[in-house]
Amino acid sequence: MNESEIKKKEKRRKLIGKIVAYTILSIGGAIMIIPFIWMLSTSLKSAGDVFVFPPKWIPKPILWRNYIDAWNAVPFNRFFINSIFVSVSVTLGQVATSCLAAYAFARLNFIGREKLFLGYLATMMIPGQVTMIPVFILLKKLNWIDTYQALIIPGIFSAYGTFMLRQFFMTIPNDLIDAAKIDGCSQLGILTKIVVPLSTPAIATLATFTFLGVWNDFMWPLIVTNSMEMKTLPVGLASFQGLYTTDWTLLMAASTIVLIPVIIVYVFNQKFFVKGIVLSGIKG
Amino acid sequence: MSKKKRLKWRENLTGYLFLLPNISGFLLFTLLPILASLLLCFTQWDILTSAKYIGFDNFIQLLGFHREPGVGIVANDPLFWKYFANTLFFMLGIPIGMVVSLVLALAMNQKLKGIVIFRTIFFMPVISSMVAIALLWRWIYNPDFGLLNTFFAWFGIKGPNWLSDTLWAKPAIMIMGMWKGAGYSMLLYLAGLQGISEEYYEASRIDGASKWQQFWYVTFPLLSPVHFFMLIMGVIGGFQIFGESYVMTGGGPAGSTTTIAYYIYNNAFQWFKMGYASAIAWVLFLMAFAVTIFQWKFVGKRVHYE
Repeated sequence: MNESEIKKKEKRRKLIGKIVAYTILSIGGAIMIIPFIWMLSTSLKSAGDVFVFPPKWIPKPILWRNYIDAWNAVPFNRFFINSIFVSVSVTLGQVATSCLAAYAFARLNFIGREKLFLGYLATMMIPGQVTMIPVFILLKKLNWIDTYQALIIPGIFSAYGTFMLRQFFMTIPNDLIDAAKIDGCSQLGILTKIVVPLSTPAIATLATFTFLGVWNDFMWPLIVTNSMEMKTLPVGLASFQGLYTTDWTLLMAASTIVLIPVIIVYVFNQKFFVKGIVLSGIKG
Repeated sequence: MSKKKRLKWRENLTGYLFLLPNISGFLLFTLLPILASLLLCFTQWDILTSAKYIGFDNFIQLLGFHREPGVGIVANDPLFWKYFANTLFFMLGIPIGMVVSLVLALAMNQKLKGIVIFRTIFFMPVISSMVAIALLWRWIYNPDFGLLNTFFAWFGIKGPNWLSDTLWAKPAIMIMGMWKGAGYSMLLYLAGLQGISEEYYEASRIDGASKWQQFWYVTFPLLSPVHFFMLIMGVIGGFQIFGESYVMTGGGPAGSTTTIAYYIYNNAFQWFKMGYASAIAWVLFLMAFAVTIFQWKFVGKRVHYE
């Protein structure tokens, strides 16, 4: 075989490779997205249209009012407010406390620093089931069950966030910090004026997946809330299911309502979501 | 005090002050609860009345066996073992998920146009609320009008009553879990693939390696940190499966989808058996810990780092 024939073969092989890849991804992508389309389709149907075989993909008529009915059936506005308030508070709290602690572990010298950090790492292995019972009991004794405190305060501290930021802070060159010290900058000043601005990608990533984690958290809000007024979106949605067990049009509309905000935020900020998940993965 | 000592003292103080907010949370909501939970294991407590010390009774009840006349040796808490088996079953999804996401990652790694669209789509289930997804799949699994059985009906197959069938309920939830997590695993593998230096492939090509050989002898081994991470995180996560079962089946039918985490939840927050629930939680932790150490020792040895 001469040169051009070999090249042609190589090109053909590459083309076949690409076609195979596209096929795999298309099938995978279809499997991923069809359930969502199904959800959307069901949410816009009238109740009678749902129990029809074979199913109609495009509902006739399109019942937008299902969304209004679902919204009013349980206090979704309350759930949204709670979710937003709790997620924002926990995220801000975690970022703040983790920055401070990470800086201490990375750049400050104090007695017991290494041992304490190891202690942090060790506790990251303990599953939530172990600590949730005593924390629940503590909150009950404080009369904090079914309050915002119960939803927010236990979540403000994070060993994981501290660990992640500490690793990142340690990569900041010493020269910058020493220069600031010579200029008479306080430690807090160094943290806020130098370290944090240089770490915005890592901090943004931590903030993103913390926010997402709290927003989607189900078990803890389930445990600490009782009244409808205090439930977050996931728990509220589960309650909705309890009340409308087979009202599929409303159930799908409610699910869509719960999913849309996150999906919209995600589509426009993919970089942070993807980076956050991958960062948490590889470094682990 | 000498100047040096004073500076040292000051630095210590600064360190502790920075640590204060974080560490108060650590003490109050992690360290103390861990110790308290350990104590709770040895008590019987329903919060309303006072706690009663009962020694190892909880563990005997949980893990022990006794002889029942006419039947033979019987577990003290057969439900625990059943739910443990359920939990293990769910973990079968880990290796299956790894294979599927590796294939997807390999496809994503070809320099194709429109990759971002695929990545967006694959990641959507990952960031979605588990409750919403569970609800959606409950509808998909509807035996008469759901998406899945409709799909099967096209081929003339009558699909089973997924979530009401003790045989199919677990696989059904497992499949949903894999669907939801595939994008995440795929991204991890993709990052791993992109970290493999081209030199390895060049060297293997010079040695005359076929595409398959390149995959099996270069790609697959060099992905071992990712395999390893996924196995460990998969097992740890597997022990904590709760929401899926709670929302989709309430643990049924006949307890076939109840997991250990769900059992802990019921014991603590439905039946208020705080001591027993804590005991289960610790057994769960020790099991996860043992598996992790085992993986670390045996699988970890075969991991190639760069």
